Amino acid sequence: MSDSTIESTSEDDFRIEPPVINTPPVEDWTSDYDIFDADYITDPVPIWNDLRGQCPMAKTERWGGSWLPTRHEDLQALAKIVPELSSTDPLVVSARDDDRPEDDRAPEGLAAPPITADPPLHGWTRRMILPTFSPKAVATYRPYTEELCHQLIDGFIAEGRCDAAQQYAQQIPPRVIAHLLGIDPDKADDFTTWVRGVLEFGLYDNNIRVKYRDIIRDFLFAEVTDRVENPRDDKLTEYLALDIPEGVDRVRVVVGIANLLLIAGIDTTWSSIGSALFHFGSHPDDRRRLAADDSLFPTAIEEMLRYYSPVTMARVALEDVEYNGVTIKEGDKVLMNFPGANHDPEVFENPEQIQIDRERNRHIAFGSGIHRCAGSNLARLEMDVALRVWFERIPDFELADPNGITWAGGQVRGPRVLPMKFEAGQPR
Amino acid sequence: MRIRIDEDACQGHNRCYALAPELVDVDDYGTAHVLNDGVVPDELIDKAKLIVDNCPEYAIELTDD
Repeated sequence: MSDSTIESTSEDDFRIEPPVINTPPVEDWTSDYDIFDADYITDPVPIWNDLRGQCPMAKTERWGGSWLPTRHEDLQALAKIVPELSSTDPLVVSARDDDRPEDDRAPEGLAAPPITADPPLHGWTRRMILPTFSPKAVATYRPYTEELCHQLIDGFIAEGRCDAAQQYAQQIPPRVIAHLLGIDPDKADDFTTWVRGVLEFGLYDNNIRVKYRDIIRDFLFAEVTDRVENPRDDKLTEYLALDIPEGVDRVRVVVGIANLLLIAGIDTTWSSIGSALFHFGSHPDDRRRLAADDSLFPTAIEEMLRYYSPVTMARVALEDVEYNGVTIKEGDKVLMNFPGANHDPEVFENPEQIQIDRERNRHIAFGSGIHRCAGSNLARLEMDVALRVWFERIPDFELADPNGITWAGGQVRGPRVLPMKFEAGQPR
Repeated sequence: MRIRIDEDACQGHNRCYALAPELVDVDDYGTAHVLNDGVVPDELIDKAKLIVDNCPEYAIELTDD
């Protein structure tokens, strides 16, 4: 491990007190929706279904203002309005860097390309990382992920209960990403805290967001610059060696890409794993069926991705965009409600029924268009391994305290506390 | 029957490859390519229909030729 800004920082600096969200009650979801409303976070599906029927492009002035499409067809179309609907500000609530002194702001262009980029920056940065995530490339991470999942279960199986979000789902993606990048996997808990600081708590508290964004930036700058001096056999070193356009700061680009992999690869996938365990812990028939027939894992995973799609991204209009009878004004945000699209009855038969053998499932949980999640194959691999190993070791389990479950929402939706009980077993 | 993939529309979701590696391959950048000029043997017609219906980008079509 190189010297970094992290080791000198005390534990306490990484502990986040979740800010209290005070949102006035929503009277009219079509014109005043609130993605941080408690009902929306806990179960947004009925709200999307209402909106889809009466106002497919809902609008709000809350949280800086945005549009919320809910139809599959609209999400597909809006995702292709590029670059007018730009990805340069993809969080559902914009950061307010203007509150800070000029020299204290994130360097321009650092961000996290390609997710924060439009063409042409988008194209060449995306090509830098896509080979890392091809189906064949991600398969090489299966053994590491399997061993990791077994070790995690060894840690709690004798107790007969665990928090399946915090002790299992949350532990997997940060270690896989760290392993992939060549960063110390023991930093996993820090990564989780940092990423939640940016994507979860930071959405409604700008100071938290900026603080953790800066911690991540400083950490990655130290990691990447160290590899310039001391190349290693890892992805960061590989990315540094790729062809990039002339005049571009190589270190900055690789820091941005590492930032993306860290931020986009952690609480997204952990949310999906957690939501799937929530589902099977609360639906014994589906749990028994999957435990008895492992050929159902592929369709079950796609159905979990459809029904519990974790990620909402945003676009910002660079100019006025006329779409389907509304004018998306320059500067307006559009929330790319892929999760809502995945409940559209125009595309999905009985969308409110979870069918773990659903064969026709054109979901867009990983987005649509040029920003399709670059890590989708890795996410699927992690879900597959996490669920298969769990079902192999703990085939019989149920929610221990349905009222004790907490969900996060906004940018990434999934359970954050998920008490589960099962018959105590033996560590390997 | 034959499948065709619109490689400009394909965004590398790789659903087709996961469902029917007998019919498509994907390159390092995730773009899908038909195998065997897209010719679908009779026993794989159901799978071919499945990949058409699962492509998130509507990039695959099945034709009679």
